[in-house]
Amino acid sequence: MSLVKLTLRELQERFTRGEVSAFEIVRAYYLRISLVEAKVKAYVTVNDKETVFAEAQALDKELKAWRKTLPLMAMPVAIKDNICTAGMRTTCGSRMLEGYVPPYDATVVQALRAQRCVIIGKTNLDEFAMGSSTEHSAFGPTRNPWKLSHVPGGSSGGSAAAVAADECVAALGSDTGGSIRQPAACCGVVGLKPTYGRVSRYGLVAFASSLDQIGPITKDVMDAAILLNILAGRDPRDSTSADVPVPDFTRAFKKKDVKKLKIGVPVEYFGEGLDAEVREAVQAALEVLEQLGGELQEVSLPHTNVAVATYYLLATAEASSNLARYDGVKYGLRSKHHQDLLEMYCRTRQEGFGPEVKRRIMLGTFALSRGYYEAYYAKAQAVRTLITQDFDTAFQSVDFLITPVMPTPAFRLGEKLDDPLQMYLADIYTLSASLAGIPAIAIPCGFSRQGLPIGIQFMGRPFEEETILRAARAYELATQWRQKRPPIREK
Amino acid sequence: MRLSEAEVEHVGALARLALTPDEKEAFRLQLSRILTYMDELRVVNTDGITPMSGMRTNENVFRSDEPQEAFPQEQALANAPDSQDGYFRVPKILRDR
Repeated sequence: MSLVKLTLRELQERFTRGEVSAFEIVRAYYLRISLVEAKVKAYVTVNDKETVFAEAQALDKELKAWRKTLPLMAMPVAIKDNICTAGMRTTCGSRMLEGYVPPYDATVVQALRAQRCVIIGKTNLDEFAMGSSTEHSAFGPTRNPWKLSHVPGGSSGGSAAAVAADECVAALGSDTGGSIRQPAACCGVVGLKPTYGRVSRYGLVAFASSLDQIGPITKDVMDAAILLNILAGRDPRDSTSADVPVPDFTRAFKKKDVKKLKIGVPVEYFGEGLDAEVREAVQAALEVLEQLGGELQEVSLPHTNVAVATYYLLATAEASSNLARYDGVKYGLRSKHHQDLLEMYCRTRQEGFGPEVKRRIMLGTFALSRGYYEAYYAKAQAVRTLITQDFDTAFQSVDFLITPVMPTPAFRLGEKLDDPLQMYLADIYTLSASLAGIPAIAIPCGFSRQGLPIGIQFMGRPFEEETILRAARAYELATQWRQKRPPIREK
Repeated sequence: MRLSEAEVEHVGALARLALTPDEKEAFRLQLSRILTYMDELRVVNTDGITPMSGMRTNENVFRSDEPQEAFPQEQALANAPDSQDGYFRVPKILRDR
């Protein structure tokens, strides 16, 4: 089997046994990129080949000096292009930061580098992570490897497509309202949004600070746990990162079933608007989980129907504040057309931001403006409390929840581009976990008749990633979805 | 909630966005539709509910106030669109008399 088809753990085992060198690994991945990237367009920047080859050769040479290999050593990992990489441009998919070269690494990137992992490139995203299709990138859309006419989901669409198309062994994404889970579902791969505070956000370009979270996008659940082991932990540079013990997440897989676990099925996630094929696939998955020893129980999350409104008020309000920093002074674009400072600000932001980012800044600014703050922003904050309480109540009687990830499989490019509200409504099943800060993982659970992947979501209690990882892995091992590969042809 | 032209103008100014007339009209229509959808929040009873501004961390996070290594000036200015003598350079703020 070709090297690029292996999971991270399989590849790591071969490397550890000395069956394959770091150089052979990176060479295989650069070859794969040269054969499919023109179709998929997963990357904004592919790392310089000669530099990476030299690094890999250096690693192979000094390998004898290492007493043992590290879990991510020599693994080609892609990074979403809103996570800072020292010396490697970080664009956020925006004209505003087209030439921005961070002077520092994000904490998660530092952790990867300490593993001697290979940063193979920076992946495409909706501008500043605002979108559900990766069409809102200033550098053009990414395509779904399963069907090039369709979107890969978003905003981490580049990361999900790169993993699905074997252009990297694993990737990092960021999730503010579903931006890891939804593209993972669209591309038939695994996407984990950890509990808010589990992973440091230092060096993640801020979109909505009370919601943003970094997480892995991988070929299987095992790989997600391996990456989370490296990413998780308290970071003094992010005061919202949680000071809680970090277990070895791969130990969650000692049990290969879900015996004695109570599985909540929220009725609100199976109502109107759910595509019939998605419903069928998720229901079939529930039966598998039942056979694996789980006890299904209907639960209610009564405020699910207002999650979209709540999220899009809070996230845009935070974004309007976070994106105020793009003023043409410290970094990024500066407009040439101005007479004075105020005009420089306004023109810079006009020229640097794309339509979706402007729309969200406008919405968020409105929600925070005098006369509307109470009715919109403060109201949404109160409803967020109710949404969180819904989960608290549900988790008193069940151990985790099962839902669809998205109401439909991936949609066609352009299909929702002119209708922002329709695009927002596609996020209905992923937003609530973000608002409540709980961990959630999306994994494949089937295919539509058109051949597009369908995803299932496991949501767990705060800081209980182990439970959803165990259940997701048990389901993954009991099914064969991962064996199916995207039909993309090498050039 | 329907937005007027004047409101869009006002919000655009607050957000420091020099919007074109076409953008203003498109945003007026789109945001009106989105805000109308969001009005469904009004029916949710939130009496006595504490608003949530962040995650459930009720403790403050302190650190000692000690000097630490920071970027050298050159590096901090490396991405600046314009700089001079170790400073960020911006257009003139005060008008000539």
